[in-house]
Amino acid sequence: MVPVLFTILAFQLAGEAISRALDLPLPGPVAGLVLLLAAMWLRPALAEWLRAAAQGVLAHLSLFFVPAGVGVIAHLSLLREDGVALLLAILGSTVLALVAGALAFTLVARLTGQEDDP
Amino acid sequence: MTADPALIWAYLTQGPLLWLTATLGAYALGDAVSRAMRRQSWANPVLIAVLALGLLLTATGTDYGTYFEGAQFVHFLLGPATVCLALPMHDNLARMRAAALPIVAGLLAGSLVAVGSALAIAHLFGLGPQVLASLAPKSTTAPVAIGIAERLGGLPTLTAALVLITGVFGAMVVTPLFDALGLRDWRARGLAVGTAAHGIGTARALQVNPTAGAFAGIAMGLNAVLTAILAPLVLRLFV
Repeated sequence: MVPVLFTILAFQLAGEAISRALDLPLPGPVAGLVLLLAAMWLRPALAEWLRAAAQGVLAHLSLFFVPAGVGVIAHLSLLREDGVALLLAILGSTVLALVAGALAFTLVARLTGQEDDP
Repeated sequence: MTADPALIWAYLTQGPLLWLTATLGAYALGDAVSRAMRRQSWANPVLIAVLALGLLLTATGTDYGTYFEGAQFVHFLLGPATVCLALPMHDNLARMRAAALPIVAGLLAGSLVAVGSALAIAHLFGLGPQVLASLAPKSTTAPVAIGIAERLGGLPTLTAALVLITGVFGAMVVTPLFDALGLRDWRARGLAVGTAAHGIGTARALQVNPTAGAFAGIAMGLNAVLTAILAPLVLRLFV
């Protein structure tokens, strides 16, 4: 368990360092994700070795957003002034972005003959 | 032996144990409710846990700083969990490479509409440039969104709140929305929710279907970069 945990943290650490050093518009963990994906592509055995731990963590990905979410409640006063307008902007734009993204994907998938999932 | 509850409470509130336990307990409650509702999307575990903890903090008069001393351990794990998203992406690599063009198209459309329509609606209500700058990056993952907002002259704390609200709403609306539209392609559904609602949307996608989860993960990562480029350009149209 410790070597697995070490590996995951080491990839995050490398991601943080590279993101800082190259001034990338990517947060360190996302850079670490890219590095781990590349490593898994080069050595597929790595994916199997990490599988149980990664699946365990990802099954509860929502949990890790709870502390930041409580921060929203603590900062609700920020939303008091323009709250309704901001809420409408978020609700409207999220629905529109979901539809636009999915439709563009489906349309181009159809045009390029990628519509049928293997 | 001291049996004074006030003294015991004062002792407990000094360490991280109390609020760490409360955070896990609230999430366990949210997850149990979500499960009991057969994962209906309105019973979002993050929303339930956040509301329960918000009530608890108010009832006990605890400030967010004290709460976060305990909750920071859970917050920290967001990083390693993000790294772990490499696994479902690795499992779906062939599918993602075959769908490279649709991914680019969906990502561009979703990202542009997320920034553009949010700013258009806010502009319509007459919101000022500082609020618009805080709103522009709300569909990307929190650390990136805060960085973008700071560069554009927004308020980081407001951006953090808008990012969270976007994520929870996106996670709640995605399933009923696409079911109503009859859209069944898991790749398209995942890609759209990862683009529009970052990690919280990705968490929802992983719960529903592993392919949707993988496509949501790649969309979240790519949209972080894309929004950093697009948000300043789109914002210029409104201020």
